[in-house]
Amino acid sequence: MTTQAHVFVVIVTLLAVAFVIRLVRRRQLRAKYAMLWVAVCAVIAFMALVPSVPNRLARGVGIFYQPAAFLFAAVVFLFLVVVHFSYELSRLEERSQVLAQEVALLRRQLEERTEGDEVSAPRGT
Amino acid sequence: MTTPLPHPVPPSKVAVIIPAFNEAGALPGVLAELRSVLEARGIDHDAIVIDDGSEDATAAIAADAGATVLRLPYNLGIGGALRTGFRYAVARGYRRAVQFDADGQHDPEEVEGLLEALDAGADMVVGSRFGHERSTYEVGSVRRSAMRVLRVTVRLLSGRVFTDTSSGFRGFNERTLELFARVYPVDYMESVEALVIACASGLRVTEIPVEMRSRRHGLPTTRRWRLAYHYLRLLFVVLATATRRPRPTEVRP
Repeated sequence: MTTQAHVFVVIVTLLAVAFVIRLVRRRQLRAKYAMLWVAVCAVIAFMALVPSVPNRLARGVGIFYQPAAFLFAAVVFLFLVVVHFSYELSRLEERSQVLAQEVALLRRQLEERTEGDEVSAPRGT
Repeated sequence: MTTPLPHPVPPSKVAVIIPAFNEAGALPGVLAELRSVLEARGIDHDAIVIDDGSEDATAAIAADAGATVLRLPYNLGIGGALRTGFRYAVARGYRRAVQFDADGQHDPEEVEGLLEALDAGADMVVGSRFGHERSTYEVGSVRRSAMRVLRVTVRLLSGRVFTDTSSGFRGFNERTLELFARVYPVDYMESVEALVIACASGLRVTEIPVEMRSRRHGLPTTRRWRLAYHYLRLLFVVLATATRRPRPTEVRP
């Protein structure tokens, strides 16, 4: 890569970090994910600044075309992230199920207390 | 967001908010001591136990001891449990609240000091383990150095000195309760983040020295590298959020 390309990559990662920090400040992103993406940006920026390191790593695992090694690592990493998100999504679905059931039980309890008056569902359900 | 509940409480009444996760062992003693000490001091209070999805008899034991019990359907962690308590306190119209540990770490004798600080004009008061010159509270080495870093960071960002940024023995007035009912961090060591949020929102936060006991039931088993990660994450969040300018909508008078 040319020096120009390296500078471009570093600028893009800095912008990405700024965006992540902005989301954390507005409390729209949990800190654990923010840490993940900041770490990813740090690794990419490091590889752009010191290209000899990824080159040596690629040769070390027997890949002599460095971009291929990078893309392979990126695909593996993103695959792991997606698997993790599917796991989290399943957990959230389970939790929202439990919540809805809890609400149904509570509504029934409330109806029993108010002697059979139907308790109306909150708006939006 | 928080719907007011009927039967508002008298203004002098204090909500003692006690998050509890599998604390059936320590709770009966803690609640009995809390009640007898506060009654002896003439402090009108309600013990509010938030059962954070415990698998033991925490909820039943707390109810037997006369506490108001809020049962969460699953474990939310300390931050989520506390926010439940804050929302309840706001909904019921409590003017003052104290956060109290279910494991016997906090001494009920110290509650009066927290309330006095609130009456003296503080919006939030933190009971510090390290305020006493002859403090007997001991912590591990990773924790100690991390606490020092946090202390310096919070001092630089808030311009205020707190000797114990992570204490969970705290008092809150109506303003702070209202803020924390809407915004309260959920991650590990949420108290540090909460302290920074309170300072950044323009609340008056003070600190008083308190004596704390060692925990009755075991120490947290968090491993060292995990602990280091948590502190790093905390530092990141504190740095990212503390420079946030207080918005007028954040604290409604």
